[in-house]
Amino acid sequence: MLYHMFLSALSQGLLYAPMALGVYVTFCILKTPDLTVDGSFVFGMTACAAVTIAGHPFAALLVGAAAGALAGLLTALLQTRLRIEPILSGILVSTGLYTVNFAVLGGQSNLYLQSAVVSESGAVSNVSSKTVYRLFGALPACSQGFLSDANAQVLVLTLLFVLLLAALLSVFFFTRPGMAIRATGDNEEMVRSSSINADRMRTAGVMLANALVALSGALICQQQRYADLNCGNGMLVMGLASVIIGQVFFGRRGIILGLIGAVSGSLLYRIVLQAAYKVNMPSYAVKLLSALIVVAALAIPAARKALAHRRKGGHRA
Amino acid sequence: MSSSLQIHGLTKRFEAGTINEKLALDHLDLSVPAGQFVTVLGANGSGKTTLFNLILGKMLPDEGQILLGEEDITYQKDYRRALNIGCLFQNPLRGTAPNMTLEENLALAYTRKASRSFFAVNRRDNAFFRDQLAQLGMGLEDRMKTRMGLLSGGQRQAASLLMATIARPNLLLLDEHTAALDPGAAEKVMAVTMEITARERITTLMITHNMENALRAGSRTILLSGGRIALDLTGSKRARMTSGTLAEIFYGGRAG
Repeated sequence: MLYHMFLSALSQGLLYAPMALGVYVTFCILKTPDLTVDGSFVFGMTACAAVTIAGHPFAALLVGAAAGALAGLLTALLQTRLRIEPILSGILVSTGLYTVNFAVLGGQSNLYLQSAVVSESGAVSNVSSKTVYRLFGALPACSQGFLSDANAQVLVLTLLFVLLLAALLSVFFFTRPGMAIRATGDNEEMVRSSSINADRMRTAGVMLANALVALSGALICQQQRYADLNCGNGMLVMGLASVIIGQVFFGRRGIILGLIGAVSGSLLYRIVLQAAYKVNMPSYAVKLLSALIVVAALAIPAARKALAHRRKGGHRA
Repeated sequence: MSSSLQIHGLTKRFEAGTINEKLALDHLDLSVPAGQFVTVLGANGSGKTTLFNLILGKMLPDEGQILLGEEDITYQKDYRRALNIGCLFQNPLRGTAPNMTLEENLALAYTRKASRSFFAVNRRDNAFFRDQLAQLGMGLEDRMKTRMGLLSGGQRQAASLLMATIARPNLLLLDEHTAALDPGAAEKVMAVTMEITARERITTLMITHNMENALRAGSRTILLSGGRIALDLTGSKRARMTSGTLAEIFYGGRAG
């Protein structure tokens, strides 16, 4: 029982890891809060659902990520062309996406990954669509041993995706465009005076981040076999909580440690949640817990300052 | 290769049409031949920084024209003209990315002219950077993996100077770039500035409040007042000028 819970926590953590990486890119690398996340996550999910049902599970993941990149492009254009505050840009795009997502799901709030098939006798039956997880589970290697468990299959396949993603990102951020994106977050003026179009770098960064977030949505859509408009609520806070937990263990130095931290943070966050369920915490308490984790982490600098002030013998009668 | 700088009738008004209207630059004309080093003096509000901002494209003029070499850059995007213009400001924090290493900062500044390579930091460019850093004589060549934010103000400004000149700009703008440094570091950075600009023959404008520096560095000194050039010193006239007399003109000009 405990083993299964642990396995499921790890799979969940890995499924949400690309989202944590995306939040890391905007909040820690570009140092700009991006609130598109809640919308782009669902956009990835709905776009993926539509293409999966059409019978292309691998293309569906790419389309999901591309949908996120498109959402990111819109947010970035609002930021750089219209000079709208980053926070408001994200909220506007996220709000607008709700309608788009509703439309992608065919005017309903959720959609199962199945299609209606009419048999020769005229009877209508629902056939569930192929997903990457189902295809992976059908491999001969998955017929016995550790991999015969569906949870283990999800865990292993998602782990492969996440490792590939993290490796690609850690290479990317040392290439010229990758470094220019990092520098844009660090000192935009310096980037411009190095004759690099900082707006373009910012746009690329926000697109990359939202593509990662949407990929999470796409993976989760295929894993849970349905898309739901409400899946994105509170995603940003969960992502932030993961990134912050990662920073506690891996520090704030260096891009590779940061990427590892974001993935590990996502895993730890899900393990903490599972443990909380274990002590009968109701599921609706998740968001409060997430918010508290973020507040606690953000309060650390202020708390440290106050403590240091006291030790120095601040005026207190 | 450096370029000449031609400025014709450059005018900039702030808050135009209001009672607070301020004429920051008033039909300013300036012609700087390629390779010349010009020192720029002027009281606060005389238009020095506005002039620099217009040349850098951080703001656009109301009237006038700016030519760098043959090219009209008056309305060109700031990052585009930065391909050929280097700049350095009083605050050492402005020119560098604090959370990136020294070599990454240099690699980014060098992107303008660097060889196409997959990774931004690579062995060939690094050998060049190490060589350039060694010439500063500040021991920075051994700290290439250090985060920029951990360097002292003087080290950081020297590194910024290198970043501003490493891509061999045609024009270099220095805005009181030694003013925030301690006297020792200021002297060092000034010496390196003179050496690099002389070696590369870069056309340079340097804003300073130090009368002695203004007369010692370069071959021409201009004094801005009320958005115009009030005094333009070259050749024997400049050689005969003392910092005392210059200060008198400077403060006299401000009073009048």
